Amino acid sequence: MSVPILTLLILFPLLAALITALLPRDNMRLIKGWAFVAVAIEFGLSLYMLANFVPNTSQMQFVEFYPWVPQFGISYHVGVDGLSFWLVILTTFLMLIAIPASFSEINVRVKEYFIFFLILESALLGVFVALDLFLFYVFWEFSLIPMALIIGIWGHEQRIYAAVKFILFTMAGSLLMLVAILVLYFATGARSFDLLELQKTIVPANLQPWLFAAFALAFAIKVPMFPVHTWLPDAHVQAPAAGSIILAGVLLKLGAYGFMRYNLTLFPDASQQFAPILVVLAIIGIIYGAMTAAVQKDLKALIAYSSVTHMGFIILGIFVFSQQALSGAILQMVNHGISTGALFLMVGLLYERRHTHLITEFGGLQKVIPVFGFFFLFVMFSSMGLPGLNGFVGEFLVLLGSWETNPAYAAVAAVGVILAAIYLLWAYQRVMQGPVTNEKNKTLPDLNRRELALLVVMAALIVLIGIFPDYLLNPMQASVTQLLHFDAVAGLVK
Amino acid sequence: MPFTIPEINLVPLLPALIPAVTAMLIMLADALLPGKSKRWLAAVALLGLAVSAYFTFTLYGTDQSAFNNSIVANNFSIGICLVVIAGAFITVLLSIDFLNARNLDFGEYLALLLGAVSGMTLMALANDLIVIFLGLELLSLPLYVLSAFWRTNDLSLEAGMKYFLLGAFSSAFFLYGIALVYGATGTTNLELIRSAVDGTSNMLFVAGIGLLLVGFGFKVGLVPFQWWIPDVYEGAPTPITGFMSVATKAAAFAAFFRVFMIAVPLTAFDWQTIMALLAVVTMTVGNIAALVQTNIKRMLAYSAIANAGYILVALVVNNAEGLSAALFYLAAYTVMNLAAFGAVIALGQGDRERLTMSELSGAAQQKPWAAAALAIALLSLAGFPPFAGFVAKFFVFGAAVNAGYVWLAVIGVLNSLVAVYYYLGPIVRMYMQPPAEGWQQTPARTPALLAFAVVVVVLLTIGFGLFPSELSQFAQAAVK
Repeated sequence: MSVPILTLLILFPLLAALITALLPRDNMRLIKGWAFVAVAIEFGLSLYMLANFVPNTSQMQFVEFYPWVPQFGISYHVGVDGLSFWLVILTTFLMLIAIPASFSEINVRVKEYFIFFLILESALLGVFVALDLFLFYVFWEFSLIPMALIIGIWGHEQRIYAAVKFILFTMAGSLLMLVAILVLYFATGARSFDLLELQKTIVPANLQPWLFAAFALAFAIKVPMFPVHTWLPDAHVQAPAAGSIILAGVLLKLGAYGFMRYNLTLFPDASQQFAPILVVLAIIGIIYGAMTAAVQKDLKALIAYSSVTHMGFIILGIFVFSQQALSGAILQMVNHGISTGALFLMVGLLYERRHTHLITEFGGLQKVIPVFGFFFLFVMFSSMGLPGLNGFVGEFLVLLGSWETNPAYAAVAAVGVILAAIYLLWAYQRVMQGPVTNEKNKTLPDLNRRELALLVVMAALIVLIGIFPDYLLNPMQASVTQLLHFDAVAGLVK
Repeated sequence: MPFTIPEINLVPLLPALIPAVTAMLIMLADALLPGKSKRWLAAVALLGLAVSAYFTFTLYGTDQSAFNNSIVANNFSIGICLVVIAGAFITVLLSIDFLNARNLDFGEYLALLLGAVSGMTLMALANDLIVIFLGLELLSLPLYVLSAFWRTNDLSLEAGMKYFLLGAFSSAFFLYGIALVYGATGTTNLELIRSAVDGTSNMLFVAGIGLLLVGFGFKVGLVPFQWWIPDVYEGAPTPITGFMSVATKAAAFAAFFRVFMIAVPLTAFDWQTIMALLAVVTMTVGNIAALVQTNIKRMLAYSAIANAGYILVALVVNNAEGLSAALFYLAAYTVMNLAAFGAVIALGQGDRERLTMSELSGAAQQKPWAAAALAIALLSLAGFPPFAGFVAKFFVFGAAVNAGYVWLAVIGVLNSLVAVYYYLGPIVRMYMQPPAEGWQQTPARTPALLAFAVVVVVLLTIGFGLFPSELSQFAQAAVK
């Protein structure tokens, strides 16, 4: 591949951020317009990658390799395969949604806002394409800063608390991962931070549980898994709408992606030992998240807890070691990004109109803003896994794969699907149906053209993925097989 | 016994001689030439530092020694000398407008500063306890005066007094340690001490080394010898605080490492365990105390203590890898800490500084570039990639893991987590809160030289983080 597409994907947002910094502070239209153009170009770049991706191989593609700190075996090594491919496109797509979604919400310090978003995009893409543990860690940690600033500057009342909590929680996990990376470097004798090199070595069996645990803690906090999920509702409730879209849509995926890319391939024996624990925690997360979501007073907190549930499905799909479940988990990452992203977008639209997220403040909105109501219900259907829409395929594959490994897992997790219908539909009922009880709600404007365009695009994807899931599933199969091979060597897959 | 005059070779001493000569020239010019504000003397100081940096650099790779092996200009000493000289260069740039705004005298200030540089480089070059002591005193005495240099400011006077009293006390410890070591071994040369001890334990020797440890611990700021640091750092003029925090640390650590790694065999005195404990206590106390600070200079003082703990980890490792990691750390710490203090100066106005957390509120909206500089410096200190501080910690903890000190690395990263909280404090204030009372007026432009200096150190902070390869190769070659 002659075009260094991945480096372009990483560097272009940074360049765009630099250009944004040089634009005149007062010309908000120009800043917003440029930010949109920038993420659109970035999305275009990712489509170029989509067009040139070879589906039937587990090889890394678009690989670039340059020595960075050669004396320590650190290199700039990037590439994508079936595991990371869709996540890259999901990231550029959600940015394309998140930037215009902020146009009317953000009116102070506009310039910094878009600068931070563009830097964030670069860091997130870097995490997905890095194939060197040092490089990965750099992007992983660096992505915290713009996100925390977005929450802390443009968030709601408790924003500072939420931003600091977000950083400290994530750091707590990732710092131990840093030590684990160092131990890995020395203990394997590879003297390299290159993931592909490290995968060729066998990590000593006595070290694997420790290293697995250190990596798993970092990823579990990011996912977030029960019981380290407590930062998530705070961060979501306080973040501006676009921040929540990216937080739920992309940041949470970093953790799940990390489990797949690092834990499964580097520590196959420990993955086997720890899988039951992680599966049980994932299932607790599914049930606990759903039950907690049901009793939330705040619409945004409700969706935040629904993320805990959905991410539980994804972790379940990863740790039952089955082709279907793992494919379903990856698909579900994309699905969750789109449907939860859309839900946060819509809650953000409500907030712009009413400056509250409290469910009790609403009621009967269906009559006032019917178009909004339609999309709200539609996205909820996607989120609860209605057949024909995208969420169904992912959850079904995960449950199918889990059933083969252990029917009990699938049986308990399936309860989560039912609970999802309960808390989402109940929330819909309280917000959209019944009489309009609050005077302020009587004059709410329905969707404008910009908002409608964003939701139409997302709804179209929800339908398309629901009908043609193979288009997403096929390119990942070879990589999923390859991934399970690591654990097959450890004598795990039947 | 016939007395032989050792061969006189002044070349390896150039890193110490040139600043000393420049200091004298500045004193003479200050006394003899007319004029009230002698701002231009700063140019002389900068020139002198540039010249000494040049000659220091030419010494690189030559591995010379002089005065009966009591001065050794090997690559490690050269590296430390360059860090000190570069730190002083930036400090002069940071000082010009600071002194102007407060009507302070340029001649004395610059002469003292260069005198301290001379002491620091001497300490870095020293291979003999007496020479180390000479360097130690030569760097300390000017710093005592410089701490109290803003004589109309009570805090500054208090800082100078405290530093002097406690510093003199620690010098006495150090000197007595030298006496005991001399008594036990009959020499003050580091290599000869090692062969004289011959791997056997000896109470006199151990007591002497213990006293030396107190002296070094005082200078680099190890717990429990750190009590002076917060008060002195808070009271001293900000450029001096920045200078002390980086250059004194570099010079003192250079001598500290050299004394223990060369002169003290582990069989005679198991200092690795003691250092490991000191490192843990130092980083923990520094970080926890920093959590509750409301003044950014005090916060950075405790951060300096914590960082001394991290650097000490490299000494525990006790090999070439640790030494090169320490050199990298000291270089990285120099640029990022000077960036932090430089940004604090740049955030001020006239002779007022935004020092308390509440004064920092909203600064990002009034001085966005200075606030961004402080934010980058603090993120680097907190160990966030892609800044220098992250790579520095990565190398130090890497060396620890490689030497089997995984537990020390784990305690180190847990400490970093605590540290993240207080380093974020000023960033949260600057970016996420409305402007502070009394600071709402439109700020004056940042003076060009100050801005230049801050930009340089910030770019280095980013550059060492993004492209650590060259500096780390230099650090590795320096310890071969």
